[in-house]
Amino acid sequence: MTQVNRIAGGQIDRATTFRFTFDGLPYTGHPGDTLASALLANGVRLMGRSFKYHRPRGPLSAGSEEPNALVQLRTGARQEPNSRATVAELFDGLTASSQNAWPSLRFDAMALNDRLSTFFTAGFYYKTFMWPAAFWEKVYEPMIRRAAGLGRLTREEDPDEYDKGFLHCDLLVIGAGPAGLMAALTAGRAGARVILADEDFRMGGRLNAETFEVGGQPGADWAAAAVSELAAIDNVRLMKRTTVIGAFDHGIYGAVERVSDHLPVPLPGKPRQTLWRIYSRRAILAGGATERPIAFENNDRPGIMLAGSLRAYANRWAVTVGDRVAIFINNDDGLRSATDLQAKGVDVVAVIDARADGPLLPDIRHLKGAEVIDTRGRLGLTSITICQSNGRIETIRASALGVSGGWNPNVNISSHHRSRPVWDEAIQSFIPGHDGPPGLSAAGAAAGALSTHGALATGQAQAIAALADLGRTARAELLPEAEDAPVSITPKWYVAGGKGRAWIDPQNDVTVKDVKLAHQENFTSVEHLKRYTTLGMATDQGKTANVLGLAIMAGLTGRTIPETGTTIYRPPYTPVAMGTLAGRSRGRAFKPTRLTPSHAWAEEQGAVFVEVGQWLRTQWIPRPGEVHWRDSVDREVLATRKSVGICDVTTLGKIDIQGTDAGAFLDRVYANTFSTLAVGKCRYGLMLREDGMVFDDGTTARLGAHEYVMTTTTANAVTVFRHLEFCRQVLWPDMDVQLISTTEAWAQYSVAGPNARRLLERIVDQDISDAAFPYMAAGNVTVGGLRARLFRISFSGELAYEIAVPARYGDALIRRLVEEGRAFDAVVYGTEALGVMRVEKGHVAGNELNGQSTALNMGLGKMVSKKKDSIGMVLSGREGMVDPDGYRLVGVRPVSPEGKLTAGSHFLEIGAAAVVANDGGWLTSKVYSPHLGSDIALGYLKAGDRKIGQRMRAVNLLAGTDTEVEIVSPHFFDPEGERLRG
Amino acid sequence: MRYSAFRVIAEALTGHRGWTPVWRDPEPQADYDYIIIGGGGHGLATAYYLAKEFGQSRIAVLEKGYLGGGNVGRNTTIIRSNYLLDGNEPFYEFSMKLWEGLEQDFNYNAMVSQRGIINLIHSDAQRDAFTRRGNAMILNGADAELLDRDKVRAMYPWLNFDNARFPIKGALMQRRGGTVRHDAVAWGYARGADMRGVDLIQNCEVTGMRIEGGRILGVETTRGYIGARKVGVAVAGSSSKVMAHAGMRLPIESHVLQAFVSEGLKPFIDGVMTFGAGHFYVSQSDKGGLVFGGDIDGYNSYAQRGNLPVIEDVAEGGMALMPAIGRARLLRTWGGIMDMSMDGSPIIDRTPVDGLYFNGGWCYGGFKATPASGWCFAHLLARDEPHPTARAYRFDRFLRGLMIDEKGQGATPNLH
Amino acid sequence: MIINHPILGPRDAQEFVYLGDASLMNRPDGMSDGIEAFHDYLYNRDNPAGAHRELWYHEQGDRSWLVVTRNTVTHEILKVELARDVASKAGRGK
Repeated sequence: MTQVNRIAGGQIDRATTFRFTFDGLPYTGHPGDTLASALLANGVRLMGRSFKYHRPRGPLSAGSEEPNALVQLRTGARQEPNSRATVAELFDGLTASSQNAWPSLRFDAMALNDRLSTFFTAGFYYKTFMWPAAFWEKVYEPMIRRAAGLGRLTREEDPDEYDKGFLHCDLLVIGAGPAGLMAALTAGRAGARVILADEDFRMGGRLNAETFEVGGQPGADWAAAAVSELAAIDNVRLMKRTTVIGAFDHGIYGAVERVSDHLPVPLPGKPRQTLWRIYSRRAILAGGATERPIAFENNDRPGIMLAGSLRAYANRWAVTVGDRVAIFINNDDGLRSATDLQAKGVDVVAVIDARADGPLLPDIRHLKGAEVIDTRGRLGLTSITICQSNGRIETIRASALGVSGGWNPNVNISSHHRSRPVWDEAIQSFIPGHDGPPGLSAAGAAAGALSTHGALATGQAQAIAALADLGRTARAELLPEAEDAPVSITPKWYVAGGKGRAWIDPQNDVTVKDVKLAHQENFTSVEHLKRYTTLGMATDQGKTANVLGLAIMAGLTGRTIPETGTTIYRPPYTPVAMGTLAGRSRGRAFKPTRLTPSHAWAEEQGAVFVEVGQWLRTQWIPRPGEVHWRDSVDREVLATRKSVGICDVTTLGKIDIQGTDAGAFLDRVYANTFSTLAVGKCRYGLMLREDGMVFDDGTTARLGAHEYVMTTTTANAVTVFRHLEFCRQVLWPDMDVQLISTTEAWAQYSVAGPNARRLLERIVDQDISDAAFPYMAAGNVTVGGLRARLFRISFSGELAYEIAVPARYGDALIRRLVEEGRAFDAVVYGTEALGVMRVEKGHVAGNELNGQSTALNMGLGKMVSKKKDSIGMVLSGREGMVDPDGYRLVGVRPVSPEGKLTAGSHFLEIGAAAVVANDGGWLTSKVYSPHLGSDIALGYLKAGDRKIGQRMRAVNLLAGTDTEVEIVSPHFFDPEGERLRG
Repeated sequence: MRYSAFRVIAEALTGHRGWTPVWRDPEPQADYDYIIIGGGGHGLATAYYLAKEFGQSRIAVLEKGYLGGGNVGRNTTIIRSNYLLDGNEPFYEFSMKLWEGLEQDFNYNAMVSQRGIINLIHSDAQRDAFTRRGNAMILNGADAELLDRDKVRAMYPWLNFDNARFPIKGALMQRRGGTVRHDAVAWGYARGADMRGVDLIQNCEVTGMRIEGGRILGVETTRGYIGARKVGVAVAGSSSKVMAHAGMRLPIESHVLQAFVSEGLKPFIDGVMTFGAGHFYVSQSDKGGLVFGGDIDGYNSYAQRGNLPVIEDVAEGGMALMPAIGRARLLRTWGGIMDMSMDGSPIIDRTPVDGLYFNGGWCYGGFKATPASGWCFAHLLARDEPHPTARAYRFDRFLRGLMIDEKGQGATPNLH
Repeated sequence: MIINHPILGPRDAQEFVYLGDASLMNRPDGMSDGIEAFHDYLYNRDNPAGAHRELWYHEQGDRSWLVVTRNTVTHEILKVELARDVASKAGRGK
């Protein structure tokens, strides 16, 4: 097909021809085209179907406000549903397809809905589909869900990359029309750091779409010159293809730059889009205005569009939407569409002017006091029916109709802080309110200054004012000469009297009748109107529809338009791809990955890793011949208990605590006492939250009179440190105590098992005999002359140490330990074996430290000293937390060694029904103990301390298992602790 | 007027002239037996059940804005009864049962849709915790299933199974969970209450309380003084403001929660899903929009709007879980003010002022609770004793150490 | 949001962790005050719609706890102080 509707002029590059397809058919266009302009040039008006009635639709607009011309762009994993053809920049090889139509755009079976529209009124679904009750999920809803939605998401991963960036400036100018360009010139010339962002791929705004002159040259040329001047100013950053999506707190604006959407695929190393966070001291909203239609019967046919868009296609893209064009207006601005098109040689068959007064166009059939009352043309406009002022009905053949009901300033961003726009009677539109985002002002059409001169003048004035606010001076240079026509408009919202449907929100198929029904049913608040009819909830967020709808509701209720008010404007200004908002945080880069210094060594060994918060830890290290993970874990446990095992415990939190009040400080933050701890010793500490629940546990060593080192659990390393800083700075600001997190400064390994000392003696330079370094000793040592820390602590119940070296020596130390360990058949064990041994020993860990448990629950009640004030001490004594029948930590063994346990199973008495009244508690952690030859578990059991020795059931209703168990002491292994003191 | 398919057809054939207002706009009377402050979901449900189930009359609901304009009009529409703790689970299961019969009860199609909810599991500890929870649910009469990775994959093969920072290891599923058309809940209750004579008074903000001798006599409003025998407060994020009129400080902070919807898409996700390795939950509405949310912004706020970092954080969670949504577009964000309590669980209780009752602290889980909250609050108002399933929701649980802390975060409202 | 750190100047609020009402500074004395005092301290909050003194922690920064006075309706920040100075001046001592 040829570009039958291409006319002269325009800002397209005719020297280059792009080929593209829509629904499989080939077309041509040029650089500078949008998909919509190119399709229109090829004589294609039908581009989509509406949401509810599946009405055939063409573009309503030439911009981002587009509700109708939604297509699927590209194919495969790059397919983008719901793309507005009006802003999709054409490139060679572009493929697009229609959506929400089956089997084809021209013959859509779901258009049956249109025939049934009298039943499918606003909110009809709230009144039916209720019987029988089960039919909603089974019949009605699946039917509705299948029919709903617009475009289709492929289920493939988005192959493109997205990026994020941060920018800072003195002045952000949003929109590069005449107001924005003038504002940027004024501020840029004055030396301010300026960012000028515009959603279009060509800056200039309406100047590109109009035939006005600015400063004696075509407006588009003036804009191009202004852009050139700005591009040469170092302190100005021009950002085309960049939509400012929202105004957030304290001068922060979000912006999306479409870096690569005008290309078939992003260039190598380039993102598809970038999300910018712009920190701006001042901002000027110069986002222009959006034209609104007038509602009349069958006003939604392809070929009917906004009058300003009709001339934008002609002036900027050299396209006429049809060969015979009519215009329906209530204001002077719409007359320009008639004159511009006629000047381009297009046949303007009539101007239907709803106003009885006002100027009369020469050389055009200009009908005053007339209205369009109906249209025809199933897949595209063929004729309009008008009613003249004398009541005469006439049908006029036309393939395009431009409609103008006035212009709505794009107040959105000025209202993102919930400022309510105010009604301007002169232009019959809302303009920004005075309580918008601090530091933001509006200029040009966005502020209601709808003439070109008004745009230039307010752009300049707002820039001068914004800079003055910042203590800078900008000069008011002589403005270029430009038109300054006053706004002449007579409100006309819809053509009354017809029996058919007149669309307000074309995508969601909200008609004047729906608004009337909402009024009839008392959904009269604008919020009820929106929610009941879905007005303004389509992908265009009601940019062309909202004011029209609320004005009609105002007329029905007898309230004024400002009394009726608007709904809330919320970010984003236009829809934003999820990928853009996520940036690089996806896949394996979703969160940072923290690796311990011996990670590379563990990888060499073929370790299996597990995510522990952001850390990756060795879970177990399989050896040849091991087929099941239990083979590896059992071996690691048995080898450790038999001889010696090594485990990387670097991920534990480590905090150095120093100062003359360090001991007193620890007494406050731990439930037990530390000020009395001898230098060179360590102690298990229990930390509570102020509400008396256990927060964390770990060992803290005293390395000097005023020097302690605390360890925390891996999970709570960050929160414990935060809490300690809170205590130090906020609760007891005058304590002499300093903290620093050294979690990442030390690589730390547990060495456990009967041969632990013998292994370490080969490595540590000092005497670490039982006499010299007894159980719970701690101190600075050296390892081949390198400073190290040694703690004689045990989590496994074995004779055990933890040895720490500066992190950069962690890799060397693990290799040395393994090397020296060969003599003892040492094994390196992972978190699974660690877990097995700690359960065997009855130590609480993450599953028991669940934030819902007290020291008493854990059997550690005596650790909470009442002799001193400590965080959580008082509130841990509340009646509900000292209940003698409350949960107590117990050990659990299946009565039969083959019996299987599952963590999360609940305790029931033998013979008791599985109902909540009989719920005795639950199994917190379960492991297989190779030492005992059976599953074992820890659990919280009501009055568990009095049930030791009893038999109960561990029931997992999710799996249907029911295991008879014996309640035992949680200390399965070496309850007297002889081994660890060995 | 009774709604039915027959009625819809009959009206369609006669030009829809017969539809009547879904509620009146009455002038406030001088006094009532019951005043419910707050015309959101919970307030409207309270009034409805007071009239319908507890036989009470002379009831008014005072709403400072428009009916259903609170959090019932700005949430992610999820219903579920997959709670862990004894204080909560019976209540939410009661709520679920009320949802299951709601539309027939109030003759309004709120599109209660039990398409199932899955909570994804990413670690062994999470599986242990969800096993504990699933068992607690079943013990309380709810339904729960534990799905392994393959079952999850069969349901949603396009989730990130192969390149995830936190691999999916399974899920806890509640098949009876799902979504409800949120606005319709407010409208259905409002209509049902109005039909039973309840005065729904919009644009009527309470500006003070008249309390004498420890007893409430009525409330000052922007539409004048209104007397009442009993006053129930159900104002969510405004709880502290309203209860300050009675001189009360609450164990509640107000925080903003943002929620999000994408452009309309053809069916992508059938049920509801929560990510277990980031704060992200999602479902797809009957219109086709992906409805999703994440964390609260995290600072006290009454602004009903949030900031960019949380929007990005939620999108990151979404992309990490569902890499196929990269080219779906976020259409709209909104913000609601959440009454974040000190243990993450609500309060339905008497107050030290005779005749003044409080319902709040719903955090961001209030929507699913709407029917049971209304029922239990009506029970308390009418009978002066707590409903059996809401007995734990007392003010003094903090003093007595009987917190209901599902997440184990303690007295840190922004972490619940 | 941007918090004007008294030492470091304007910093994005994302660098901070929020705790809540600055009244959390007024911890009772565990040796002399009982459950009721601690209950009121820990659980009950003013939660105003308007100026709110609140604690923020500069976790991705210098680890200062700050007392920020912020309007909870507009999010305008009215004042930022080092919590340690405020606590010390209030006689929190040690």
